[in-house]
Amino acid sequence: MEVGRLAARFREILGDAGVITDRQQLRTYECDGLAVYKTTPAIVVLPETAEQVAGVVRVCADEGIPYVARGSGTGLSGGALPRADGVLVVTSRMRRILEVDIPNQRAVVEPGVFNLAVTKAAEPDGYYYAPDPSSQQICSIGGNVAENSGGAHCLKYGFTVNHVLGLEVVTPDGELVQIGGKAADHPGYDLLGAFIGSEGTLGIATKVTVRLSRAPEEVRTLLAAFDSTDDAGTAVSAIIATGVMPAAIEMMDALAIEAAEAAVHCNYPEGAGAVLVVELDGPAVDVAHQFAAVERHCRDAGAFEIRIAQDAEERTLIWKGRKSAFAAVGRISPAYIVQDGVIPRTALPDVLRSIDRLARESGIRVANVFHAGDGNLHPLVLFDDAEQGAEERAEEVSGAILDLCIEHGGSITGEHGVGMDKSKFMSRMFTDDDLDTMQMLRCAFDPRGLCNPGKVFPTPRLCGEAPGVHKGAHPLQEAGLAEMF
Amino acid sequence: MHPREEALAALAKACEVSGGSDADAVDGIVPDYVARPDSVESAAEVMRAAAERGLRVVPRGAGTKLDWGSPPAGVDLVVDTGRLDRVLEHAAGDLVVRVQSGLTLGRLQVALAAHGQELALDEPVLGSTVGGMLATGTSGPRRLLHGGPRDLLIGITVVRADGMIARSGGKVVKNVAGYDLGKLFTGSYGTLGLIVEAIFRLHPLPAASQVVTWTAPDEGAAHERLQALLHSQLVPAAVEIDRPAPDAPIAIGVLLEGVAEGVTTRAEAAARLLGNGFGGADGAEVGTKPPAWWGRHPTDPDGVLVKLAAEVSALPHLLAAVARAARSAGLTPAVRGSAGGLLHVGLPVGTEPAAAAEFLAVLRPAVARHDGSAVVLHAPRAVRDAVDVWGPVPALGLMGRLKDQFDPQHRLAPGRFVGGI
Repeated sequence: MEVGRLAARFREILGDAGVITDRQQLRTYECDGLAVYKTTPAIVVLPETAEQVAGVVRVCADEGIPYVARGSGTGLSGGALPRADGVLVVTSRMRRILEVDIPNQRAVVEPGVFNLAVTKAAEPDGYYYAPDPSSQQICSIGGNVAENSGGAHCLKYGFTVNHVLGLEVVTPDGELVQIGGKAADHPGYDLLGAFIGSEGTLGIATKVTVRLSRAPEEVRTLLAAFDSTDDAGTAVSAIIATGVMPAAIEMMDALAIEAAEAAVHCNYPEGAGAVLVVELDGPAVDVAHQFAAVERHCRDAGAFEIRIAQDAEERTLIWKGRKSAFAAVGRISPAYIVQDGVIPRTALPDVLRSIDRLARESGIRVANVFHAGDGNLHPLVLFDDAEQGAEERAEEVSGAILDLCIEHGGSITGEHGVGMDKSKFMSRMFTDDDLDTMQMLRCAFDPRGLCNPGKVFPTPRLCGEAPGVHKGAHPLQEAGLAEMF
Repeated sequence: MHPREEALAALAKACEVSGGSDADAVDGIVPDYVARPDSVESAAEVMRAAAERGLRVVPRGAGTKLDWGSPPAGVDLVVDTGRLDRVLEHAAGDLVVRVQSGLTLGRLQVALAAHGQELALDEPVLGSTVGGMLATGTSGPRRLLHGGPRDLLIGITVVRADGMIARSGGKVVKNVAGYDLGKLFTGSYGTLGLIVEAIFRLHPLPAASQVVTWTAPDEGAAHERLQALLHSQLVPAAVEIDRPAPDAPIAIGVLLEGVAEGVTTRAEAAARLLGNGFGGADGAEVGTKPPAWWGRHPTDPDGVLVKLAAEVSALPHLLAAVARAARSAGLTPAVRGSAGGLLHVGLPVGTEPAAAAEFLAVLRPAVARHDGSAVVLHAPRAVRDAVDVWGPVPALGLMGRLKDQFDPQHRLAPGRFVGGI
């Protein structure tokens, strides 16, 4: 690739300030939130409009150059990892909230808008944007669309795909296409459902129409401390079994509590082997009734201390420990790997015991922080990167945990995405035929494989070839533009 | 051997198969064969045999919506999922169920109710199978709170046009591994493949429910009260309207579900928002059962049924547009559906094709101003031949490319979907 010539074409579209080729500046973008993977992109572009994004993509299509879209770069699976031979399209200059339409309960925003900014814009009218990934202060809506982001409250309210009604998308042909809109339904295939969660492999979203939800009348939060994760798990099962649908149920084990304590002094009950954070929201009378049931189930399961947030400030304090858990682990370990596997919730006690056994046998510590309501685990595998072989052993434990999830009929990722990091595990969860079928969708959108190639799938399919038959090397592979791994 | 006998023999190796009869006609077209696979494997074998012979295939569940969409260009083989009717796994503790696609929604709900759970989807067309409901993407009143089929489907198994079996999603409610083919197949009218299994997330049966009803004299009054309700914090499970004729009063029903104490309190609050409280001349009423019209389409299966989807606040504009189109076409349509922007319009049995065409021609531009669409779900063949069933469809190019990928020979329900897909 001739960087100079390509950059000149981009400057025609974006002006000088919208194109970065300086090596030092390019390195700013070498990784996303998963810093173990680093690649310096050949060129970074900073479009300000959808037309500019389309222009950039058309140049890439014309030149046969791969490209990757990136929002805030907070993703945890390497989904926005750049290509050394490609263009990184950064949406950080597309940060306008175009419309807050309260009568229709919608907002229309550009992809670079921060998740929390949508809620802030709607808050004065008593509305909010429901998906709330822990990184919501800085993660972008475009990134949320790519990853189908969840968050602590998706147990009750669902994921990005349940809250995005419309998209304007630049297809890999460089065409601007409108998918969905403000209405709940549109005729034709559910392209919206296919696009959301495709991890940036089907195109670049340039405008996003989201649902605004009415703020609940009442929110109540409690923190319950237990001797063990088993006891806490029993409480979770009892709560779900009685038909209560909490907005969130989060669990942390002793090691995770220790880390949070060291980092943010959240002052969780001393000596707890596990804590549960349970939040209920909705109409006041319903919440009061169900909250009493939750409290009872926690006590019955052996909770030795229950704290109930009396106001918003106390609620924030309870959540502070949970929300800071990933970063906090840095206080007790020089390095760590975050996993994102999912298991059927009822398998929780079994799987936690197996993780514990894995940890003891390998001498690698594992801190557990997770969305207990939906079985989404976030084991933090701790290691010292200065120690010879420690990272490899941590990787092994981490992989074994994903195998546990698959054995129990679960998933390798609940919300972080497959990205670069977990594509090698896809064939443990899906058959070749499953993956081949998913590639048909890819081929319909991106037959040349230029849009975020090398992510999600272990082996890209050559579009146009007979299903299931792979002959020789992919032309992109031969051209050095794609890798098979 | 005669090609027809040869094909019959090949299909019979896979599963029970018979020649098609008039009773098997799809939109008037009698298929040559009807296959009834009883396992995913035999379904795959049938689809492979069909692929080898270039047979055009239409999947059939209970056959309640076979004449929905555009008429197919041709049908050689009907694959009937009636024998794929089992609940494969109900993980009650996980609120998840895995079923075969030929199971009827009614039987599924009975099985789940035994465990105090439900699939929180309504059944607007009685007798529907899980597969048929998914393929047409039908939903009812409670979509307002729980979402539609695509929102509750967490895993799917399909047999492709070439007979390969493919899964996506899984048995856990939270899962972002791989593309979500379940969403793509939901509402695809059998044009991408045969749905053989589905996995859903479930909800506990509500402990209590109440329905508040009130009748608004006109669309202005209905709109004002409904907006107050839709923007309230009462979290209704459904807010429905029924207007049997363009100038008729508008019946409103609000479904509240939850714990008994909460439901009672919220029903009172809803009554205050709608009709200044209970009883009296303008008062709302409350009951435990919804009104008779609730959740049913506003016309016979032989009438014309049009689905309107538009912005949440568009209700008065939609009602006015329907009334205007009705006057222009000389028709008396009934309107029913969610106040949140998903309505069904029913034209009576015997509606003239030209009148239906005029009705749509006036209605569609008005609906489009509210990001809306008007799709003819079902109508007599003569009406469908006279109108554009789907109306304008954006991103049709991408949809055509999807079809080319999944069904390169265009053998699956050919012509039944948008843009001739």
